[in-house]
Amino acid sequence: MSIEEKQNEIIEEFAMFDDWMDKYEYIISLGKELEPIEEAQKNEENLVKGCQSQVWLVTKVIEGKLVFLADSDALITKGLIGLLVRVLTNHSPKEIMDAELFFIDEIGLKEHLSPNRANGLASMVKKMKTYSIAYSALNN
Amino acid sequence: MEATTAMALNIEEIREDFPILHQEVYNKPLVYFDNAASTQKPLQVVEALTNYYLNDHANVHRGVHYLSQKATDKFEAARETTKRFFNAESSDEVIFTKGTTDGINLVAYSFGEAFIKEGDEIIISTMEHHSNIVPWQMLCDRKKAILRVIPISDKGELDMEAYQNLLSSKTKLVSVVHTSNALGTINPVKEITQSAKSVNAYVLIDGAQAAPHQKIDVQEIGCDFYVFSGHKIFGPTGIGALYGKREILEAMPPYQGGGEMIKTVTFEKTTYNELPFKFEAGTPNIADVMGFAVAMDYMNSVGYENIQAHENALLKYATDQLKQNFENVRIIGEADNKASVISFLLGNAHPYDVGALLDKMGIAVRTGHHCTEPLMNRLNIPGTVRASFAFYNTFEEIDLMINALKRAEKMLM
Repeated sequence: MSIEEKQNEIIEEFAMFDDWMDKYEYIISLGKELEPIEEAQKNEENLVKGCQSQVWLVTKVIEGKLVFLADSDALITKGLIGLLVRVLTNHSPKEIMDAELFFIDEIGLKEHLSPNRANGLASMVKKMKTYSIAYSALNN
Repeated sequence: MEATTAMALNIEEIREDFPILHQEVYNKPLVYFDNAASTQKPLQVVEALTNYYLNDHANVHRGVHYLSQKATDKFEAARETTKRFFNAESSDEVIFTKGTTDGINLVAYSFGEAFIKEGDEIIISTMEHHSNIVPWQMLCDRKKAILRVIPISDKGELDMEAYQNLLSSKTKLVSVVHTSNALGTINPVKEITQSAKSVNAYVLIDGAQAAPHQKIDVQEIGCDFYVFSGHKIFGPTGIGALYGKREILEAMPPYQGGGEMIKTVTFEKTTYNELPFKFEAGTPNIADVMGFAVAMDYMNSVGYENIQAHENALLKYATDQLKQNFENVRIIGEADNKASVISFLLGNAHPYDVGALLDKMGIAVRTGHHCTEPLMNRLNIPGTVRASFAFYNTFEEIDLMINALKRAEKMLM
């Protein structure tokens, strides 16, 4: 599934919620289901520091594709990074670099990506993109 | 008119003065419990701003024409109002600033230039806001002075014995918060000042969180400097005031150079204006000064005793309700003497999650470290959820918060 198709799939999933609390309930459940990263990998190197909640991001390269694992100390943040990981993981660096993330806006969660939200999410997206650029540069 | 005896406030009537409170967010009635970050503005303050711009605006102090004179009269009348708010001896001791942070930076720079030298010590406390830490660190870097920190107890009170032990002939300045923004603790500023005076140290009190709740009296405290912000006392943003004792302000060099602060300028030598203008370079924030004065009048008309009686009742009710309804709630800051600020943690729930869910249920609280990172490190927590009340808040709003917290707890635990 392409990055665009994955985003459309998420938009469809969220379309069934008309109440904010149901939406958040779903996000929290996504966070709880997120594949955990090893405690040892929750280190300074993998830390994306937000002002309030923290995010850890681990990136691997498997057969030329970037695979992301992520975790957070806050559940809502964890659910949101789960969505971001789902959209961007297992794609080529070029696909990730070119990806336009429209789903966050579409499902009404844009505020969480704004820099003043201080949850490390905006920095995480930046970091994912930076990895792709760095990896492409290394291989060209 | 300040009420002399406390009487029950008519909160519904007061709320009519604050149109912003009568709105829905996400289809829920807004409950505004982020007053420690900034308070809402009564119509009277907004009207003062509008009226100034529509009818009275001109530059102050230098104009010979009618409007300039009118604006100047009102501007200086506002300084008199601020003088009374501080209970300062003279309006020359009242400097208009951009706010608390600006006031502290002014003192850190100007007082620091004249009074601090290598090896001197400046004492602050563990519960300071970053704005009462960083300017002193910068000063200590410039002057090779030393920063000392008063520890606190687990309840969130200053360790006064440790404070006494920190004081010495090297102590030049003690700068402490009157009321903690993160814990609500009201510090014994008079006692702190008296002790500092016993070693001839100067004292600055950060009153950002005290001014919205209680009568300020700089002569009673005996401090040398006192700072607070307009936007936290129901006034405009971008305006605040610094009180400084005349003889100290006179001994301090100007903070910024420019118009208004000079007496004469030649390329060879400039002489500076008298107090308070020496510290007010450039065209001042005239409009916000007008709103600021009206905000102080407004607080006086509500009456400090009424404000305190109502806010203390809100604080007690909220504390009791939290403890009754949530087995695993942890109140952060349990000082005996506390303002209407309640910081807490709900089990292991992250403050960010609690705040984000409360927001969607219409409740505005603050989450995070509240610009007091060293305090959070001392308490070994990442942050708190903070509900802070003003006199326009109600018991029903606390009930709404408790219900919202119950829902959040179910979702997060």
